[in-house]
Amino acid sequence: MPSAKAKSKAGRTSLAKTPTGIQGLDEITRGGLPKGRVTLVCGKAGCGKSLLAMEFLVHGAVEYGEPGVCIDFEETEEKLTANVASLGFDLHELSKHKKLLVDYVAIDRSQIAETGEYNLDGLFIRLAHAVKAIKAKRVVLDSVEALFSGIADSAILRSELRRLFRWLEDQKLTAIVTGEAGTQTLTRHGLEEYIADCVISLDHRVTEQISTRRLRIVKYRGTSHGTDEYPFLIGEEGISVVPITSLVLTHKALTDRISTGIATLDEMMEGKGFFRGSSVLVTGTSGTGKSSVAANFTSAACARGEQCLYFTFEESPSQILRNMRSVGLNLERWVKKGLLHFNAMRPTSTGLEGHLAVIHRLISQLRPSVVVVDPITNLVSVSGSYDIKSMLVRLVDFLKVEQITSMFTNLTFAGDPQERTAAAVSSLMDTWIVLRDSKPNGRPRRELYVLKSRGMAHSREARELIVSERGLELGLVLRDHPPATTVEGASVVAAAK
Amino acid sequence: MKKKTAKKRQPKTSRSDFFILRLYIAGQTPNSVAAITNLKKICEEKLHGKYRIEVVDLLEKPQLAKGDQIIAIPTLVRRLPPPVKKIIGNLSKTESVIVGLDLQPAR
Repeated sequence: MPSAKAKSKAGRTSLAKTPTGIQGLDEITRGGLPKGRVTLVCGKAGCGKSLLAMEFLVHGAVEYGEPGVCIDFEETEEKLTANVASLGFDLHELSKHKKLLVDYVAIDRSQIAETGEYNLDGLFIRLAHAVKAIKAKRVVLDSVEALFSGIADSAILRSELRRLFRWLEDQKLTAIVTGEAGTQTLTRHGLEEYIADCVISLDHRVTEQISTRRLRIVKYRGTSHGTDEYPFLIGEEGISVVPITSLVLTHKALTDRISTGIATLDEMMEGKGFFRGSSVLVTGTSGTGKSSVAANFTSAACARGEQCLYFTFEESPSQILRNMRSVGLNLERWVKKGLLHFNAMRPTSTGLEGHLAVIHRLISQLRPSVVVVDPITNLVSVSGSYDIKSMLVRLVDFLKVEQITSMFTNLTFAGDPQERTAAAVSSLMDTWIVLRDSKPNGRPRRELYVLKSRGMAHSREARELIVSERGLELGLVLRDHPPATTVEGASVVAAAK
Repeated sequence: MKKKTAKKRQPKTSRSDFFILRLYIAGQTPNSVAAITNLKKICEEKLHGKYRIEVVDLLEKPQLAKGDQIIAIPTLVRRLPPPVKKIIGNLSKTESVIVGLDLQPAR
């Protein structure tokens, strides 16, 4: 029988942890920061260290009943107040209620004359006094490296910092110390040497004009942690980190089926439609009706009372609502009922990780059962150093674990046989629906066929897609359409014609 | 109207002669004791009685550390005459003390 405590093979219990309350971070660290120990958070200026540290204190005070003290060495009362305000709290209110205490320690820029031996007991006393005043359990020192510019004797300073970190542990305080990133060392003054238990590094890069933020656990003693970089976002509620979900493919395959929203399409899929929790790709050239297919699917889900989340990267929500009205679809009533939630963003507004983080956050908040991403095409243009496929792997993985049925639309280009970006992505998808324009005998028409759909005997026929104010209908089976077997087969046959 | 007589004021020169020095310590540690001893000696030699030393023990009054922004112990603050000056250490380096606090009494 498994014991209550997690024991490693050597019989040691794993380190006790203190939850940070920061979205995603507690998942990555499997519980939070090491309790009663000092964690170092390092990174360049502007990467979010102070915000992370403050968030740790605010959540501690408000959600976990652990008051916190912040010793601020950088004379930034406005910045701290603003950071706390960005999390939705008032620093003065928190201080009044003895939940949070900030002590601003001013470092004289011009080094003070040293007339003999000294130590930093003054700092210790101030910290102890603040901790005692509100019975704090959490401490932040931000940023302790500022002391190096005020105290000339670096040997005394280092020895005192070591003593300070030991003091924090003796007092059983869980602490975060922030440090500025160095060029040769992790922090400018090598603080990482004194921090044994946990080191987190934050990074903020601008690649091809897109800024991305990443978090990496450099060290976490006693815990198996991912060594990857996790993208994170600084949003309205503070920091959200996107955890890698299930490195092992263990999502359950659901057997429920849900309607595609188009009656005849359901028929083409064993009369039942998609598997719940599956991923669907809809590709087609411009104007072939991809968004309409997505909208019909969404509308059917809302009609069943299910929550839907529609991410749009090209058209504004009001454009979509208007366009769908013209094909007989009233999406507004679902929006009004709170069943349909649009999120519109320009693909270039942030890096792929940023988009992923937003999607994660909204899904966690709204808990939809259906998610649409329309289109994923433009996201390719912001790939930069981060491959769109990796992002989609993470996203689809996350959606399957949450058992959310997802639909992705992708624009393909005329003459381009569905390959390229679609092929890069199609292996992630359980169902692939292809839309096409063609002009047999000079009469233009739209065509739809199901290229693949795992786990079901789907129809391989192509049908005409008729779009009118009455909505979307699938017409007759097209006898003159090449059999939709493989992508290569379809394009070769089309070329031969 | 009655003018303010010069008698009622301290003459300017002697006012700027009078030093008020505040020494922050944290308990009777060897450094702190040495600082007190050194300070008394320096003041006697250089300030000829025109001084007052205040010793603040932060172990007894921790809340006073904030006002003068004390981090290091011992710290000596020259409060009067202005400007305020601050030095740290046990004051064994006499020259540093004199220069750091600018202890030459004004003429």
